[in-house]
Amino acid sequence: MAKAAARKTAPAASPSVERRPALTGRSTTAAGVKVEVLPPAERMSLRAPEASVAALSKALGVTLPKKPKTLASKGGRTALWLGPDEWLVIDEAGNDPLADCAGVSALHSAVGISHRNIAIAVTGAGAAATINAGCPQDLSLDAFPVGAASRTILGKTEIVLLRTAADAFRVECWRSFSDYVFTFLSEGSRDAAV
Amino acid sequence: MSGAFRIPGAGRFKQAKTARFSFDGQSYTGIEGDTLASALLANGVHLVGRSFKYHRPRGILSAGAEEPNALVEIKRDAARKTPNVRATVQELYEGLDAQSQNRWPSLSFDLGAVSDVASPLLSAGFYYKTFMWPKAAWKSLYEPKIRAAAGLGVSPDKPDPDHYSSRYAHCDVLVLGGGAAGIAAALAAAETGVRVILADEQAEFGGSLRFESGAKIDGQDGFAWAQAAVAKLAAMDNVRVLPRTTAFGYYAQNFIGLVERVSDHLKAPGHDLARERLWQVRAKRVVLASGAIERHMVFADNDRPGIMLAGAARTYLNHYGVAVGRNVGVYTANDSAYAAAIDLKKAGVNVAAIVDLRDNPTGPVIDEARALGIEVNFGRAVIRAGGKLRVSSMTVQPKNGGGERTIAVDAILMSAGWTPSVHLFSQSRGKVAFNDETKRFVPGTYAQDCVSVGACNGTDGLSATVDEAYAAGAKAAKDAGAKAAKGNKPKVDASESWSRGMLGAAPGAGPDTTVKAFVDFQNDVTAKDIRQAVHEGMRSIEHVKRFTTNGMATDQGKTSNMHGLAIAAETLGKAIPEVGLTTFRAPYTPVTFGAIVSHARGPLFDPTRRTAIHPWAEAQGAVFEDVGQWKRAWYFPKAGEDMHAAVDRECVAVRKTAGLFDASTLGKIEVVGPDAAKFMELLYTNPWEKLEPGRCRYGIMLREDGFIYDDGVVGRLAPDRFHVTTTTGGAPRVMNHMEDYLQTEFPHLNVWLTSITEQWAVIAVQGPKSRDIIAPLVEGIDMSDEALPHMSVREGKICGVPTRLFRMSFTGERGFEVNVPADYGQAVWEALWAEGQKHGAAAYGTEAMHVLRAEKGYIIVGQDTDGTVTPNDAGLDWAVGKKKADFVGIRGMARPDLVAKGRKQLVGLKTKDPKVVLEEGAQIVEDPKQAIPMKMIGHVTSSYWSENCGRSIALALVAGGRERMGETLYVPMPDGVIEVEVTGMVFFDETGGRLNG
Amino acid sequence: MLLIRCPYCEEERPELEFRNAGEAHIARSANMAGESDDDFEKFFFIRSNPKGIIYERWRHMHGCARFFNAVRDTVTDKFVMTYKAGEPKPSKLPGAGK
Repeated sequence: MAKAAARKTAPAASPSVERRPALTGRSTTAAGVKVEVLPPAERMSLRAPEASVAALSKALGVTLPKKPKTLASKGGRTALWLGPDEWLVIDEAGNDPLADCAGVSALHSAVGISHRNIAIAVTGAGAAATINAGCPQDLSLDAFPVGAASRTILGKTEIVLLRTAADAFRVECWRSFSDYVFTFLSEGSRDAAV
Repeated sequence: MSGAFRIPGAGRFKQAKTARFSFDGQSYTGIEGDTLASALLANGVHLVGRSFKYHRPRGILSAGAEEPNALVEIKRDAARKTPNVRATVQELYEGLDAQSQNRWPSLSFDLGAVSDVASPLLSAGFYYKTFMWPKAAWKSLYEPKIRAAAGLGVSPDKPDPDHYSSRYAHCDVLVLGGGAAGIAAALAAAETGVRVILADEQAEFGGSLRFESGAKIDGQDGFAWAQAAVAKLAAMDNVRVLPRTTAFGYYAQNFIGLVERVSDHLKAPGHDLARERLWQVRAKRVVLASGAIERHMVFADNDRPGIMLAGAARTYLNHYGVAVGRNVGVYTANDSAYAAAIDLKKAGVNVAAIVDLRDNPTGPVIDEARALGIEVNFGRAVIRAGGKLRVSSMTVQPKNGGGERTIAVDAILMSAGWTPSVHLFSQSRGKVAFNDETKRFVPGTYAQDCVSVGACNGTDGLSATVDEAYAAGAKAAKDAGAKAAKGNKPKVDASESWSRGMLGAAPGAGPDTTVKAFVDFQNDVTAKDIRQAVHEGMRSIEHVKRFTTNGMATDQGKTSNMHGLAIAAETLGKAIPEVGLTTFRAPYTPVTFGAIVSHARGPLFDPTRRTAIHPWAEAQGAVFEDVGQWKRAWYFPKAGEDMHAAVDRECVAVRKTAGLFDASTLGKIEVVGPDAAKFMELLYTNPWEKLEPGRCRYGIMLREDGFIYDDGVVGRLAPDRFHVTTTTGGAPRVMNHMEDYLQTEFPHLNVWLTSITEQWAVIAVQGPKSRDIIAPLVEGIDMSDEALPHMSVREGKICGVPTRLFRMSFTGERGFEVNVPADYGQAVWEALWAEGQKHGAAAYGTEAMHVLRAEKGYIIVGQDTDGTVTPNDAGLDWAVGKKKADFVGIRGMARPDLVAKGRKQLVGLKTKDPKVVLEEGAQIVEDPKQAIPMKMIGHVTSSYWSENCGRSIALALVAGGRERMGETLYVPMPDGVIEVEVTGMVFFDETGGRLNG
Repeated sequence: MLLIRCPYCEEERPELEFRNAGEAHIARSANMAGESDDDFEKFFFIRSNPKGIIYERWRHMHGCARFFNAVRDTVTDKFVMTYKAGEPKPSKLPGAGK
């Protein structure tokens, strides 16, 4: 695996062209809810069998969670359990998790998806109601506590949802769906605020 | 003054502000808190509509959601016109504008009423009998005429400017119905701390407490208790109280659809307010407290305006302070109408007489009525009502016949008894049981985690109802995981009790009569119609229902089903349970399309996917086409160019210098792991093990049946890493197909799949100058033909950005596909564009891309294939690994039919006249002179004008096509037959030299 | 909308997250190329379509993305149980014999 991972695409040291993330700076505020697009982050789709989890956790500096619908977070890096052999690793501190996995010889697949996803924060008292405009999961604190994370549905698209606080969520979606997701959440926030 | 029939001191809105409204252009004044129905009645207006079939004048029957008659159009502005609104549900607001429906030229003089006189021609089942001949006349004459004459309101013809919202909600206990039962159940559940939702269709909670003046709970008037209890519930964090909210559907696993009418009652709803909110609730337990609906008496002309349900008249009096008449008659078969007579009498309304079908009933209400000086007649029937636009009299006769007596009245209050509302229970797939003693269907066998309480469960009396509901609420909470409750059960201090009543036609409307005694008001079904259905051979209640349309109107037979069933049973000589009950279906009351659609309209109807390069194309004036959810640049017209000219120019530019194309929508999957090549061997027809890292191959994916499923170029980045591309439209299903095999058939392989479609923006640079354009921007990749031959891939940098640079071609020219991280897509495109300008490159769209690939005979899966095409059919046998032991589709491909001679094969077609462009989809024949229907031997799959070839070109699937090279075939079209020659599929640069040109 | 218990997520999740994937326990031959026409027909085309208990495949498409197996009653639409892909067909169903 080391050979392959070593060929990963590192972030450019000095791109001579401008990075233009989707929806940059978009935000909307309704009474009790704010929906805003978050800045770019490093992201990696990590796939690995059980036997590799310890080695990868060590390399990443965060213990990969084994429990469904949970996440682990350390030093600006968050690993979300998405499936029994699948994690979404998000690094908001500017450190590339691909580079950290490059030296791991244990069986795994690490694929860079920093540009595939867009993150939207939904915060405020009406945050859960906003997301429930199109997400069929139970978002009560009992069923979806702080630190819960799951791939799920919003309207007609797939999202990854994580709860960062009682009244704060991070919604991850694919780049080309971000306009739809942002618009949906804006509509939802308008209704949740009333 | 808010209406001449408003009784000073009566009702619950004594301090309310007045509200002006109009009905059919006439101005009236009501009060805030009124429904449109109560406000009209306060002004003495009973005539509110015309009936569906006979255009008979109709009034207000009820005071709730069961209303079959009083359907009106509410108009806010030109676009906000809502037909078929029940006046009994619509709340009044200042300026409300309502119109009656189904009448012309006016409500009081309606020409359509001729159908009432002609009614013998319009008997039950007349649709099926009368308009059968001549057959052609049905569509052109009868149906349009019937639809125009019948029907209800008129649909608005403008887009709905309102918005609708939706919400998924979860709770432990969902209580449906906010009368005494629902409130008691909600209190018991809420006190345990579990999550409770309480919904009621009315603006105010209380249910029958709105009119039951005799109810006292916890020392208060029943209605006041209800308001206090609901206020307490609404203040609790674990409770959500939803007024104006109808549970319309009960689905699997306690999934309930509710519609909340958010702003229909407001004078000027704010822009942010949704008109309606769709709630989709998942409840651990459901408590059904949907109450009971009063039935009317079935007698001659029982539909005259002014004849209404006794409970409704009582609601108008006790809740809205409105007398429904000044001199009312009462016709009943149970006690509850007496209470209405007593309340009205006490309020100063003259009660002309009570006519009671029963022989010698006794009880306190009867004694009280007599004590108030009301005339009470037992064992008598009202055999007909007088008056047309308003009831003027009732004619009374002993029920077994005898002398008639006509009594002048201006309203008749009637009650045949109460029908438990088992609609939602039945929708939950519960089975109802017939109680022979009380003659009603009540919940029998439950199919879901729900419980019925109170009147909908056949429980009589307020005290028993509250006891049952409170216990059920507590148990529902406990079953949902609650700890013991700590609340106090409400104490019923005084209540009324209702008795049973009767079902079916009353005396005077029996089998020997021909009178119009209505069973179903909304669909104009009479007792006679139901008997006729049985006489004409209908045996099952389901057939009777469809033949007569009884219960099939938008009110779903809330007042009519039991009467209809009883008459059918009597005519059949069977017991009611033997005849059975028709199925209750969602929705309980009509639901707007707006609520069902909710957010999914406009930009949220479906996601619109745009690439990272989209803004550039848009700024260049590109015309876009929809490809699945994607918007793709179709062509880039310059000033004065039409599509044809733009595409020709783009196609020529690519072959002359170079073109830039946004290929970002291509599906991309990264296949990683030590068994990656093994997996690829199984999923594609091609061999992969020996493909060297850094090289690419065109791959074909089959389904197990041997037909082409997808294709694309695959690059091997490392021994254990492939970059797979798929068709744009195929990306999600190809990923699913690969995951399916990996997870369930080949789970032993150590390999993983990740979608990277959106990680990479893809810029195709194609044409003789393509390398010159790219090379100055690339770092770390040797661009020479030796180092980077056709069908190879390298990783490096372009414009300082990481790239996966493919040397590949979908045009037949030297070509590259530059993959860069999506956020850099537009900037890298702009840099390449600037380089390209130095060489005269053009941007080209999907149309030019299609033409260019067709010139080279490259297929498009889904256009040149249709799910029944094998690699051999498509001329792609070379891409099937002959030495492979297994791959998906290997066996399917060998099926007898798939290897038989004469299969349709993909070939080229050249029209004899090079200027003629064939139509895609056109059929191909051998002999154009043969008799019709001709034998079709194939069809055109792709067809274009090729400026580079100076002629039209086409691809086609033709039976035995490859053996027909040079043959002349024919394409018959409406305006003549087109001659074509069968050719090979490559129209341009047959030797392929330009790939390195 | 049904609730379906995902054996990997270990909880019931809304049906919208799932996709049905046809009948379960139809094994692909290890010697596919050597299958007879009859055997291939049975494998590829013939499905049982029972009234009552059906063994079928589902994918938690918009959740953990795993394929798994389910036992469902086609009459009541109720799920009897779900289990992971690769696990054998259950010999006894919960609640059976009642």
